[in-house]
Amino acid sequence: MTPKVAIRALYKIFGPRDRAMVPLVQGGMTKSELLDQQGHVLGLQNINVDMQAAEITVIMGLSGSGKSTLIRHLNRLIEPSAGEILIDGEDVMKLGQAELRAIRQKKMSMVFQKFALLPHKTVQQNAEMPLSVQGVDAAQQISEARKWLARVGLDGFEDRFPAQLSGGMQQRVGIARALAANTDIMLMDEAFSALDPLIRTDMQGLLLELQAELQKTVVFITHDLDEALKIADHLVILKDGAIIQQGDPQTILLAPADPYIEAFVGDINRARVLRVRSVMTALSQDRFDGEISADSTLEALIQQAEGDTTQTYRVSDGRAVVGQIAMKDLVKALVPRPAITEDQTR
Amino acid sequence: MAGYDGVFDTLGLRDWCDQDKTDAPMSMAQLLAQSGGATEKAPLPFPSLDALHDSCARIAQTRDVTQGLEDGFLSIRPELKLVLDPITQPLSWLLDGALFLFETTPWWLMIPLLVIIAYVVSRSRPVTGFVALVLLFFGLIDHYEVAMQTLAIVFVCTGLSVLLGVPIGIAMSKSDTAQRMIVPILDLLQTLPTFVYLIPLIFLFSVTESKIYGIAVIVYAIVPVIRLTDLGIRLVDQDVVEAANAFGMTPGQKLTRVELPLALPNIMAGVNQTIMMSLAMVVIASMISAPGLGVLVLRGIRSLDLGVGIVAGLGIVLLAVILDRVSKAALARIDTHRNEQ
Ligand SMILES: Nc1ncnc2c1ncn2[C@@H]1O[C@H](COP(=O)(O)OP(=O)(O)OP(=O)(O)O)[C@@H](O)[C@H]1O
Ligand SMILES: [Mg+2]
Repeated sequence: MTPKVAIRALYKIFGPRDRAMVPLVQGGMTKSELLDQQGHVLGLQNINVDMQAAEITVIMGLSGSGKSTLIRHLNRLIEPSAGEILIDGEDVMKLGQAELRAIRQKKMSMVFQKFALLPHKTVQQNAEMPLSVQGVDAAQQISEARKWLARVGLDGFEDRFPAQLSGGMQQRVGIARALAANTDIMLMDEAFSALDPLIRTDMQGLLLELQAELQKTVVFITHDLDEALKIADHLVILKDGAIIQQGDPQTILLAPADPYIEAFVGDINRARVLRVRSVMTALSQDRFDGEISADSTLEALIQQAEGDTTQTYRVSDGRAVVGQIAMKDLVKALVPRPAITEDQTR
Repeated sequence: MAGYDGVFDTLGLRDWCDQDKTDAPMSMAQLLAQSGGATEKAPLPFPSLDALHDSCARIAQTRDVTQGLEDGFLSIRPELKLVLDPITQPLSWLLDGALFLFETTPWWLMIPLLVIIAYVVSRSRPVTGFVALVLLFFGLIDHYEVAMQTLAIVFVCTGLSVLLGVPIGIAMSKSDTAQRMIVPILDLLQTLPTFVYLIPLIFLFSVTESKIYGIAVIVYAIVPVIRLTDLGIRLVDQDVVEAANAFGMTPGQKLTRVELPLALPNIMAGVNQTIMMSLAMVVIASMISAPGLGVLVLRGIRSLDLGVGIVAGLGIVLLAVILDRVSKAALARIDTHRNEQ
């Protein structure tokens, strides 16, 4: 399957002679060396990611790790120093200004951390904005904007101004605006980070609900692991501008590749995040204490077993039996596993 | 003998100095000496052009320099006029037209009209009421006509300042080079004493043409609207500009849909200052034939007619207050509309 979005050997260095710096970084120069010796800031190095259609790819990292820089390369709000960005197999780097605008209008929409709504326009007009930029006729603009505003729960707020709404509602407008653009790809830069925890949980639910229905290719940025694990199909972990691990979130959780990730995953509630399918083993017996769905969380299984650690369950994916899970294995999986590093093997 | 002879002698320039020596016109010092009689020459005068000229005839006198400047200016005057006259002619027409309109429209039509405009712009009853009172007061003290003349000039000059200033401000906000080039000019315009503008203008244009004071007012009053347009656009929330880019707006769409609307409060603040500065300059420009309240102030000064001057001065203050109130009310309206919570 060809990925919807592919990033190949992407480098970004901030400074006047960024291209000349690429070979130095390829030769192993670190971020701080580059800054001391050349006065350039290393933004991203050797980024390779495939983002599949209809999946949510989450890019996670601490502040300053280059998340915003990376997502802004996809629609070329930032120009790379080296590398390729392929959207539907087409290299975005080769596009002229007009073609680039066309791609931004038709293929990618964006949701921003600080909402970035037009303060002098009503909610309705804000949601119409992408369509009016595309030159869609007025009647369709109005009906599409109304439809998406209703879909994100903003019925009856069409004539308000953004400043009259709460943060959560403003971000709903931001999402409605992105959805109204009717693009395959949706870029979300810390879209929920400015919201209160409760509203944030609501919005994550809304996103998952919309995603189940619309099957967009979502690129979602966050610095919050809980959020990442809740919504990610594919998780990319960024540190100092480099990818240190990427893959299925469950795999990353069970086998962190790096002490940095380990520290990240150390204090989350693993039972709530890990799924039965990540821990189950091949069928080896035929007497079971019950059956559990492969997509259930371990927490659900513990509840079902009422905390009894001697039981073993049959695992099914809804159609067939796919494996088994012993409560003993479950308990082991709850203990954070140290990353295999040189420090520990020595 | 003059004090600096020795200097030229030791430098061996005596021959060069005395070549084709004629009886040059007397310098200022010589004239003074002649009329005052016994002014003692200081032992060491400042080596000014005039003092050096006494010792060496080849060095120009100060008045030659000023004369040279004047000659130079006069010699390029026809060319300058050739270029500037056609460009600025519409300004004369506009000013004359506006003055004609304001003077010939009967007061019972003009006052209600101005009050309505004040309401449409400010949407504020107290401000509108105040405007009506002030206009009636002008009528009562027989200053209605001069006030209308001043108002007509302020309207035309402010309008043109905005029309020219906003595009210049946009260009400055888009290009750092343009900004670097224009800012020193704006600084110069703002620091030059207002009288200094008038000097080149009276050389270039005749005082019978209205554009002479129109130019003086516009050149002086355009600065804030340019500065605040530039500033306003540069201060537009970069997140919103980024959103505009991300949704594929063209530079033109970005300007008209995002940057100008978001910069509007700042631009309006600039317009408010431009109005106030036009009013200030119209008064000064009375010296070069601008009609209106300023003429009365000038008459008050010239003939030491205290009453005339004070009443006209008060009129200017009242006009300034209503213009300021109305434009500030418009500004406040934009602001509250956006930040309503
Ligand atoms: N225009 C720029 N010039 C120089 N350095 C920059 C520029 N933009 C970003 N950087 C640097 O690149 C690095 C990554 O920045 P970026 O904004 O992508 O981080 P982030 O992961 O999005 O962080 P945050 O969570 O704070 O948003 C930082 O070290 C930052 O200082
Ligand atoms: Mg960021």
